[in-house]
Amino acid sequence: MNKIDITVIRYDPENSPAPFEQTYTIPYDDEMVVLDGLNYIKDHVDGSLSYRWSCRMGVCGSCGMMVNGEAKLTCAVFLKDYPQGVQVGPLDHFPVIRDLVIEMDDFMDKLRAVKPWMIREQEKPVEEGEYLQSPEELQLFRQFSMCINCALCYAACPVYAADQTFIGPAAIALAHRYDMDSREEGQDQRAKVIGSHEGIWECSFVGECSVVCPKHVDPAAAIQRSKVQLTKDHILGMLWPWGKS
Amino acid sequence: MDALKCDLLIVGGGAAGLRAAVAAVGVQPDLDIVVVSKVYPMRSHTVSAEGGTAAVLRDYDSHDLHCFDTIRGSDYLADQDAVELFVDTAPKEVLQLEHWGCPWSRDRDGRISVRAFGGMSVKRTVFASDKTGFHMLHSLFQHSLRFARIRRFDEWFVTSLLVDDGKCVGVTGLDLATGRIQPILAKSVMLCTGGGGKIFPFTTNGNIKTGDGMAMAYRAGAPLKDMEFVQYHPTGLPGTGILITEASRGEGGYLFNREGERFLERYIPGKMELGPRDILSRAIISERQAGRAFEDRHGEYVHLDLTHLGEKVINEKLPFVRELASKYVGIDPVYQPIPVRPVVHYMMGGVSTANDGSTPLEGLYAAGEVACVTINGANRLGSNSLTECLVFGGFAGEAAARHAQSTGLVDSGRVRAAARKEEQRIEQGFLHREDGTERISGLRGEMQTAMEKGCGVYRTRDSLLETTRELAELRERFADVRIDDRGKVFNTDLVAALELDFMLDVARCIAGAALTREESRGAQARVDFPERDDEQFLHHQLSLISEEGPRLETQPVTITRWAPEERKY
Ligand SMILES: Cc1cc2nc3c(=O)[nH]c(=O)nc-3n(C[C@H](O)[C@H](O)[C@H](O)COP(=O)(O)OP(=O)(O)OC[C@H]3O[C@@H](n4cnc5c(N)ncnc54)[C@H](O)[C@@H]3O)c2cc1C
Ligand code: FES
Repeated sequence: MNKIDITVIRYDPENSPAPFEQTYTIPYDDEMVVLDGLNYIKDHVDGSLSYRWSCRMGVCGSCGMMVNGEAKLTCAVFLKDYPQGVQVGPLDHFPVIRDLVIEMDDFMDKLRAVKPWMIREQEKPVEEGEYLQSPEELQLFRQFSMCINCALCYAACPVYAADQTFIGPAAIALAHRYDMDSREEGQDQRAKVIGSHEGIWECSFVGECSVVCPKHVDPAAAIQRSKVQLTKDHILGMLWPWGKS
Repeated sequence: MDALKCDLLIVGGGAAGLRAAVAAVGVQPDLDIVVVSKVYPMRSHTVSAEGGTAAVLRDYDSHDLHCFDTIRGSDYLADQDAVELFVDTAPKEVLQLEHWGCPWSRDRDGRISVRAFGGMSVKRTVFASDKTGFHMLHSLFQHSLRFARIRRFDEWFVTSLLVDDGKCVGVTGLDLATGRIQPILAKSVMLCTGGGGKIFPFTTNGNIKTGDGMAMAYRAGAPLKDMEFVQYHPTGLPGTGILITEASRGEGGYLFNREGERFLERYIPGKMELGPRDILSRAIISERQAGRAFEDRHGEYVHLDLTHLGEKVINEKLPFVRELASKYVGIDPVYQPIPVRPVVHYMMGGVSTANDGSTPLEGLYAAGEVACVTINGANRLGSNSLTECLVFGGFAGEAAARHAQSTGLVDSGRVRAAARKEEQRIEQGFLHREDGTERISGLRGEMQTAMEKGCGVYRTRDSLLETTRELAELRERFADVRIDDRGKVFNTDLVAALELDFMLDVARCIAGAALTREESRGAQARVDFPERDDEQFLHHQLSLISEEGPRLETQPVTITRWAPEERKY
């Protein structure tokens, strides 16, 4: 079996104040993902290595890390693609709890802040059946509903890097997912949350978030569209301050 | 030692746990509800469910037909009153989730779509592309965020149930971020901890599915029911065990052997690819034994062919299958057949509950895969279990909330002492001990091999006795386990040890119940007792804790309108 060096950027708050690197040389084959490499280390070499994972099929969103400096799902990238060795670190721009485990509190708060639930003036009783929605209407928001909350986009986002109060790509994409849903009526409430911060205007067209997104959610598109919408609302608001429509 | 307190404590944030939490808010909007989960709720393994969730929504379908399919699929071991309640409530739950935003796939006329599924006589499986569980979980989670009264303890690992005077009064939890172990006291406790596929070496289940809730209930004296029934799904990817959903057959996929035959003709000509999972999994193994399977370094497999469906259908209905097969085995199903083999998938057994989710232990409720009501009997039909999480998660959440309204919090010296004892067990038994020699992964691997070998698809008395012996030996060796990590902060090594501890108990229950059921029924295939034997075994088996390991009792099956008959397709 071939061997590969996996260098992990570790952090152990109980024993050393600063992060440190540790390199493990392990056997691997073509089918092993980076996460399998970490599991090999944990099972056979060093059980103290800490990281999150569960599904190993790219859908639970637990296993995001920096892999040779890029934000990746470690269960979706293969060791064979890093023949020179691989460096694994915690996701950028987040506080680190331990080794590869980052603190998610801020991210979770931001998801909640955009009110990611159905908002309607009148609820139809369930007994009256479903809200009809055509496949085309579903298509309008489907892509934005595919986010697995892996937070890779925050690790890639230059605006979030500079200012952590920025609500960020995944949360805006989530807001957009609800805004675009034909069953929804809460657009104004979300616009207030998203428009209340400078961040969205600082976001350039770089679209790093969409580049790293493992599920092709394209948060950058959601951000650009939100900007257009906010601008329209703003202008309409100036023209007809007593209310649009 | 501080104690945290709440009215209703729900352990688990998957489909069942979140549905229960929202149902409890419905009973009393200001009830203090805590959802504690060892991973963030949206990481729960519900997220991986692909194919769909069953409910009678069409005029061509009927209550009785869904009941009959489920009961026949269960090989007549389902409790028929539970099945009727389930089938009755399922459509409302699916619509309710639609109202909460779930992006179900739609027909041209805007109605929720349905697809064919194994063992279901008509199209009745609702789906969201082939990421049904993902969308259900995220919709439920996002909906739950609107309720401030649902507090969450994310990344807390529950280690035991606290029982006082015959009542469940709370749990002990390990806060992963700090390493603190604390009692969480509650008027009602509900387990929604999912299944335990990780007891086996080759499974579709994620790393977190380690049977924790089953083991905790068992240790607390609550009975586990029908533990012998472990479902193998016929189509997992060799090597990783990643699931290729049954929806791929529901949409028209074929299974082929090495000789290019649709071999199911030999086993279940009436249903072919849409047969139930137990029969299809055994058919694949029979093909292997007859030398008609393909073979590579991951062992023997057959082909699942979707190429005739065409790129458009695959992209629309099965995009995740395409993504998974391309990524993990380098096969694009639009052009090539996918290699598949049977894989451990689901546990029909679990904590024995009544239809309202209550268990014989007062104050303890359970729902979802951890529970056994049972609508699944000896074999679950695909797409019934997500619905089960909604239906019985909802009922159990309501019942647990009402129980919390009717009783007080127990915070006695005895309870505190029990919690302190649990803290000591963990600190002295694992964290601070110096002398351990057994590696967690070594013991875990041996347990998995023992289960697969002696307690897998085919079982015999000898194989089960051998597995039971091996499990007893592993239990002894576990006393000598060593953990590398002595830290407090996010100690995943400690978590792995505690999970293995749970799995060893659950494994014993599975093997024990398989041994005493001397017949073949649903997922239990005894080579030495190849026939179903209603005379002796048309009953549930309860596993209760005792000094010598699980002690078995029987419980009658509830039969309402469908008399047991030969299971023919
Ligand atoms: C790959 C796959 C595909 C599937 N596809 C389908 C399908 O198409 N249709 C269908 O009907 N069914 C399907 N199933 C089955 C179905 O998904 C599951 O049975 C169901 O999702 C279980 O949900 P749950 O809420 O009971 O548990 P889970 O979703 O597994 O959640 C368990 C929860 O308990 C928590 N927990 C566990 N132990 C502890 C502890 N010690 N301390 C604290 N928290 C704990 C976890 O953190 C998690 O939040 C599939 C299963 C798999 C594996
Ligand atoms: S382990 Fe679930 S996304 Fe990687």
